Amino acid sequence: MSRFDAAFGKPHPALVCFVTAGDGPTDAVLDALVEGGADVIELGMPFTDPMADGPGIQLANLRALGKGTKTADVFRIAADFRARHPEVPLVLMGYANPMIHRGADWFAEQCAKAGVDGVICVDTPPEEDAELGPFLRDAGVATIRLATPTTDAARLPQVLETATGFLYYVSVAGITGLQQAATASIDEAVSRLKAGTDLPVAVGFGVRTPEQAGAIAKVADGVVVGSALVELVGKHGDDAPAHVRELTTALAEAVHAARKENA
Amino acid sequence: MNETAHPNSFRNQPDERGHFGQFGGRYVSETLMPLILDLEKEYNRAKTDPAFKAEFEDLLEHYVGRPSPLYYAERLTDELRKSAPDGMGAQVWFKRDELNHTGAHKINNCIGQILLAVRMGKTRIIAETGAGQHGVATATVAARFGLPCVVYMGAKDVERQQPNVFRMRLLGAEVKAVKAGAATLKDAMNEALRDWVANVHDTFYIIGTAAGPHPYPALVRDFQSVIGREAREQMLARTGKLPDLLVAAIGGGSNAIGLFHPFLDDPSVKMLGVEAAGYGLDKDHAASLAGGSPGILHGNKTYLLQDDDGQIVEGHSISAGLDYPGIGPEHSWLKETGRVDYTSATDKEALDAFQLLCRTEGIIPALEPSHAIAAVAKVAREMPRDAIICANLCGRGDKDIFTVADALGVEL
Repeated sequence: MSRFDAAFGKPHPALVCFVTAGDGPTDAVLDALVEGGADVIELGMPFTDPMADGPGIQLANLRALGKGTKTADVFRIAADFRARHPEVPLVLMGYANPMIHRGADWFAEQCAKAGVDGVICVDTPPEEDAELGPFLRDAGVATIRLATPTTDAARLPQVLETATGFLYYVSVAGITGLQQAATASIDEAVSRLKAGTDLPVAVGFGVRTPEQAGAIAKVADGVVVGSALVELVGKHGDDAPAHVRELTTALAEAVHAARKENA
Repeated sequence: MNETAHPNSFRNQPDERGHFGQFGGRYVSETLMPLILDLEKEYNRAKTDPAFKAEFEDLLEHYVGRPSPLYYAERLTDELRKSAPDGMGAQVWFKRDELNHTGAHKINNCIGQILLAVRMGKTRIIAETGAGQHGVATATVAARFGLPCVVYMGAKDVERQQPNVFRMRLLGAEVKAVKAGAATLKDAMNEALRDWVANVHDTFYIIGTAAGPHPYPALVRDFQSVIGREAREQMLARTGKLPDLLVAAIGGGSNAIGLFHPFLDDPSVKMLGVEAAGYGLDKDHAASLAGGSPGILHGNKTYLLQDDDGQIVEGHSISAGLDYPGIGPEHSWLKETGRVDYTSATDKEALDAFQLLCRTEGIIPALEPSHAIAAVAKVAREMPRDAIICANLCGRGDKDIFTVADALGVEL
């Protein structure tokens, strides 16, 4: 059984937490996420031009790069995380250029070696899957696809065709960390997606509080929280792990209590 | 692979997926993908619609002032011959796109794109700008069609291009200064993409150069190809032959591809694209082809200035219109196929060429085409006197007088 199957097969919805690699004391922040109850970890690969991200994650990217974070550091953080937490799924999320720069085959091999379970490449849609997707899947690394409010019924099969691991529903047309979609529209969208796939569906973008996360967890297999955690790292720096643990604990309680249908 | 190296035609790119050989493509987030596909469909319909073509041509003639003249720069030619070996010193001709309404070639593309926006029922226009010429051209067509317009501009460029910022505001556009990154064109483009992804339902993004996700590189090229079509016709009418060499400056590369594309299948016509070498190719510069490597940014795969991790490196040029760390994907392909040669000119060479044209021809060029003129000054001396060079004078220099004064140590 894959780590994703295990995480999404728990008797409650999954809390998916995002932080940027190299921003703040990343190793301790990742431990705090797991201790707080995160079921899946997304580790952001910093990039100079994070076009799909709002101000919070943009700044995290700049902080990480400003400290000299390299691709090698991202894989070091991932491999160390895997050694400390053998069971928790780890996803790398970022932009195409740093992923393909040394060759997609090299990147896929590094992911597999570091124990990375899946990759989200924000600016590689299904149309350009050949650039990266086959290399990752051949190496046993999931290619996690994004579906959005603009992904219509005609297009959905193409998105699902190369989707593995889980499906990430971006609940608003926009950038990370800003507005949040109405729960009713999320409910409808998740039903539509689940009609087309057996993959678990995690919902994110604009989810900041335990209340919001709990409401979405009633209708989705997982809830993704990123900017709110990243902003805590930015605000507290070296002292961030305690604050991150506190918010994660509250998020996990809300998400895990929302639904226990698999029990 | 042979197909890419020796195509039957250099004018039938991109393929149906928007690829120019290994370059181009559609590297955008899922939210934008459906919109990009819609735009492609609408553009394909418009291309074969006589009404679209008629409206585009009518506006180019009566609003933009096309055709732009083809001008023989006799005094510049004579000046360059003075330092050329015997029998050498090619004739220098200019395609005068700086005489267009708004003062640059950018308006050609904006007319085409706003007509597409109207066809698609979009009610809000956004754009990015570097030097401000594309921002002014976009604000102009938005005013002409009565649509609200937001222009993203790097805060550093807002500082060094004040006249164009004021022009955009006069035209009713909102200019948003972008402080992220180096606060220049690349960052303005990031911010425009963020706006677009949040407003896909009503907003049309008028991209200013022949770059970005497919179909932008193709449609911007097609709208700008009016430059090369006119030049080809005018040159044949005036001299009875085709030019021997075309020269154009390259930032993203829209004026260059507009001049080059109609000539790509004329084997006797050589072509030279001129990148901005800034302080020099061994220092800070903006020459993506000379100093970069293939990568993915802003929706397309192309040559980029980047470090060993694929992080994007800021470009530098005295010309705000050229300091972009990428280049249109068709130029990357034309470089790899060898059909077009690429060179570069430094800030200093461009400044010298700027002054040379002012004094010999009574024309104040923009700093962007000053790079092309710098290359012309070098190569004309190495070509025979009966050879013909046609360079694209793609913008006028009014906007640059403060930058030039500063560089020459003159206080205005």
